[in-house]
Amino acid sequence: MKISEQWLREWLDTELDAAALADRLTSLGLEVDSVEPLGAGLDQVVVGRVLEVLPHPNADRLSLCRVDAGTGAPLQIVCGAPNVEAERSYPVALVGATLPGGLEIRGTEIRDVRSEGMLCSAVELGLTDDADGLLELTDESPPGTAITDALGLDDVIIDVDLTPNRADCFSMLGVARDLSAGLGIDLKLPRTLPVLPVMDETFPIDVTAPDACPRFAGRVIRDLDASANSPTWLKERLRRAGLRPIQAIVDVTNYVMLEYGQPMHAYDLERLNGRVDARLARAGERVDLLDGRNVELDDDVLVIADDTGPVAMAGVMGGAASAVDKHTTHVFLESAFFAPAAVAGRARRYGMHTDASMRFERGVDPAHQGRAVERATALLLEIAGGRPGPLLEVVNETYLPAHGSVALRRARLAQLLGVDIPDQVVSDILRGLDMRVETTDVGWAVSAPPSRFDIALEVDLIEEVARVFGYDQIPEQTGAMPGSLPSVTESAVSLSRARAVLVDAGYQEAVTWSFVDAELDRRFAGGRDALALANPIASHLAVMRQSLWPGLCQAAAYNLARQQERVLLFESGVRFIQQNNELLEENMIAGLATGPRLPEQWDAPATSADLFDIKCVIESLAGLSGDPESFEFRAAKHPALRPGRSAEVLRFGRRIGNFGELHPTLAKALDLPAAPLLFELLAGPLLAAVPPRYRPVSRFPAVRRDLAVVVGQDVPAGELLTAIRLEVGTRLAELRVFDVYTGEKVETGSKSVALGLILQDTSRTLTDAEVEGIMHGVVGCLAREFNAAIRE
Amino acid sequence: MQELDQLLSRALAEVSGAPDLAALDQARVQFLGKKGELTDQLKQLGSLPAEQRPSAGQAINQAKQTLKTAINERRDTLESARLDAELAAGAVDPTLPGRGQVPGGLHPVTRTLERIEAIFRGAGFAVHDGPQVEDDFHNFTALNIPEEHPARAMHDTFYFADGRLLRTHTSPVQIREMARQGAPIRLIAPGRVYRCDSDQTHTPMFHQVEGLVVDRGVSFAHLKAVLHEFVEVFFERPATLRFRPSYFPFTEPSAEVDVLSDAGRWLEILGCGMVHPNVLRNVDIDPEEYTGYAFGMGVERLAMLRYGVDDLRLFFDNDLQFLRQFR
Repeated sequence: MKISEQWLREWLDTELDAAALADRLTSLGLEVDSVEPLGAGLDQVVVGRVLEVLPHPNADRLSLCRVDAGTGAPLQIVCGAPNVEAERSYPVALVGATLPGGLEIRGTEIRDVRSEGMLCSAVELGLTDDADGLLELTDESPPGTAITDALGLDDVIIDVDLTPNRADCFSMLGVARDLSAGLGIDLKLPRTLPVLPVMDETFPIDVTAPDACPRFAGRVIRDLDASANSPTWLKERLRRAGLRPIQAIVDVTNYVMLEYGQPMHAYDLERLNGRVDARLARAGERVDLLDGRNVELDDDVLVIADDTGPVAMAGVMGGAASAVDKHTTHVFLESAFFAPAAVAGRARRYGMHTDASMRFERGVDPAHQGRAVERATALLLEIAGGRPGPLLEVVNETYLPAHGSVALRRARLAQLLGVDIPDQVVSDILRGLDMRVETTDVGWAVSAPPSRFDIALEVDLIEEVARVFGYDQIPEQTGAMPGSLPSVTESAVSLSRARAVLVDAGYQEAVTWSFVDAELDRRFAGGRDALALANPIASHLAVMRQSLWPGLCQAAAYNLARQQERVLLFESGVRFIQQNNELLEENMIAGLATGPRLPEQWDAPATSADLFDIKCVIESLAGLSGDPESFEFRAAKHPALRPGRSAEVLRFGRRIGNFGELHPTLAKALDLPAAPLLFELLAGPLLAAVPPRYRPVSRFPAVRRDLAVVVGQDVPAGELLTAIRLEVGTRLAELRVFDVYTGEKVETGSKSVALGLILQDTSRTLTDAEVEGIMHGVVGCLAREFNAAIRE
Repeated sequence: MQELDQLLSRALAEVSGAPDLAALDQARVQFLGKKGELTDQLKQLGSLPAEQRPSAGQAINQAKQTLKTAINERRDTLESARLDAELAAGAVDPTLPGRGQVPGGLHPVTRTLERIEAIFRGAGFAVHDGPQVEDDFHNFTALNIPEEHPARAMHDTFYFADGRLLRTHTSPVQIREMARQGAPIRLIAPGRVYRCDSDQTHTPMFHQVEGLVVDRGVSFAHLKAVLHEFVEVFFERPATLRFRPSYFPFTEPSAEVDVLSDAGRWLEILGCGMVHPNVLRNVDIDPEEYTGYAFGMGVERLAMLRYGVDDLRLFFDNDLQFLRQFR
């Protein structure tokens, strides 16, 4: 909502400058977006009267104007605007001017013809964002008058960003009212006297849908001067509010809307048939709208209809058939209260957003319709003459918004705000907002004016008092701390500890979109369908991810394409799995590694990372639990992973995730030069922990025995280790795999696994015989279970 | 005696002139060995008259002692020179880079979230999360945003075919937790939220922290204090705040909070207000007995201000050149 400072000052008598007024508006909750002085940089722009328009000798679209700009001899100016006419006045930027857009005006040759200045549009003067053609100056300011004087441009535009609850501030009246309360000064309202009718003619008003239209005011005015132009002051006010002046009748209705917040509509009386009726559309009815569209109406759309059918979409947009134009002399003015619920959402449904719908949806003052008609009539008579008929109002009180009185308790006010505000200040604030205030035993009984749709509860009044009193006047008060201490658990490792492990292992944390490409996601999920968005922001972000891998792979591809050769990423976040008609939001920890195992350095080989690099990270995470023995790793297939290089992680026998190398076909599809290594684990079960449990430390020396066993290629090392642990029991302090060999020295199809056993007892030193006994048992067990042979 | 003096001088010269340990040892043998020249002197004592023997013996022993001391000193010198040479040969260039892995880093959003959580945990706030795929009731209705309410137009909501939606704020968590725990309650709810909006200053996904305190006697003055303190703790500097009346359906009075920048501009950092009585009623908390405040802050916004990031979209590009700046 754009507010002209000039206009505001007509209603408010204050010494404050525009910046201070803007600050006060903001502190009242009417947030000021910008404060822009008008007319800056226009000192070399004057009123110019075009004396003669001749065709340009060398260009069809240009014309050659002789312009009296009050500078003595007429200036010769080349002009490209189609609407330039002789005997009319326009702004002229003289040579030497720099316009608000930065354009410098110089004396120059345009197509070999001298041009000494420029005729300007409103856009070029920085007055509006769009305009067609030159800004025509209707009032007779003599040539040479500074344009700032001619248009009264000594003004500042304050742009206010309104919150949806403040429907009442979509008008000068509302904003000025709030500001008057905020400044504690009176509001000088313009006086609107009823216009005396000079004829009896009325146009019949029916209201078939009184719940949707509880009040409908109308008036007939005949014999307006169709050629009358809106005066400059009125056009300027429209322009400064962001509206384009069109034609006197329309300009006046728009002006009243800006002033009072009441959208109005003017019909060409000659084009209305029989009567107007505010009713719901019949399904399938159509209407030609002012914007040129013909729309089919739903049966919950309120229309104004005459005997031939709908002539306007009520509260949204008028119809083309009954619209006023430059030949209109007889009008029917409509000013109605359409209930917000009857208008809400209708404009959006038809792809519209109009000044009227915006106001009606939020609620206009339901008591104001007649006054708006009187104001518009008075303005029209002043501008275009005409003979008014009597004001006709159809009212159904039952459906008008009820405005009862709301109780405000002094104690509640003080408690909720944490400050005691003197009674007199409270009642002054409320009265300043046009509320009726009566004192009661415990506080006040308050009735809000009909324009306020946001005052129904005590807390609504408390907010009013608080914002006018000033949030900055409320002290800061430190509250008492709670009585209970937070729980600090050891039954789960914190996510931040897990993140630290990954960070220390060289991984950089990523945050990828929760929504991914449907097809890509499906491939990672082995064909399972994801939860799809009904209104995705882009087709490649259309479904909720079932895995963090697609996002990580895409992030890796992004970085690899930007000269990064080594990418280690992890993410912790939710994946969305649909299972048995239920949606599971599962917290995952996932990672990706591709490129060299270590950053390139002077004393380490440039080996590529492989499965065991990420497995090490998984083992580190598993170790956080304090119970690594509860984890198990098994070769297992996964649709996104390369067969033979993929595995699953189990904890307490339940699968909690997978790791492996990305399937080469997916790597190709993702434009990844090499298949990255991936892991993804359920955070919950991964991080479930047990507090450490003390075991006695052995004071006796440990003994190490190494053993190389030859087993079949397909025997998992993990099973060998498990078997040894079971066989040896508590005396096995540590078990290491220190070599795996395949090659000439072992039979094809076999491998040699070198194991280091560290044996220790807590109560005594193991004797050689005991150690030999243990090793004998191990060898026997491995031979039995895996057909293992000892390699000498 | 003169002979002995000459012998000693010669021996001392040999010792001090010995270039290495081997030459020193050779000199030791030459003078002090079994057949050494000084040893010989002792052997010849017998040939002296008896009355001269004690004084001559004493002189010889003294000379031996002097020579031994000289040899030891020379050995220490030579040994320490040898060690120095050995160590010098083993010198490395400590300016070469260290070997091994280089740590990664946390995403700036996580880093910021962790700080926010730590700050509020310290003040007794519990941390809760809730589902991201929400229902209309928790995201809107229970928060006093009924159907057709114009405030719903403020939220560009992602929907699913069955009417569920992606939460547009973390406020549904306050509904779920108040319904579960009742009052008094003190929590923050960090997490991902979604709006169907994407341009220079909006991303379809971002992070929010919602805060909620409901208790007896909670006032707007408490809200002002806690947020002022938070801002100062978060930015680690004194801050000037402006509480500006605003509108959120689920709080009243509502405010947006601006912080004054060094350049003298007000920067919006969060929204807040007193929990609307309708919201409390929706979770069966009596608004006459309990009052509360709630606040919501955009994590990316805070991270941008804290770390000077000037483009929101950088947070979601996952460009390592950006991420590595947040070790």
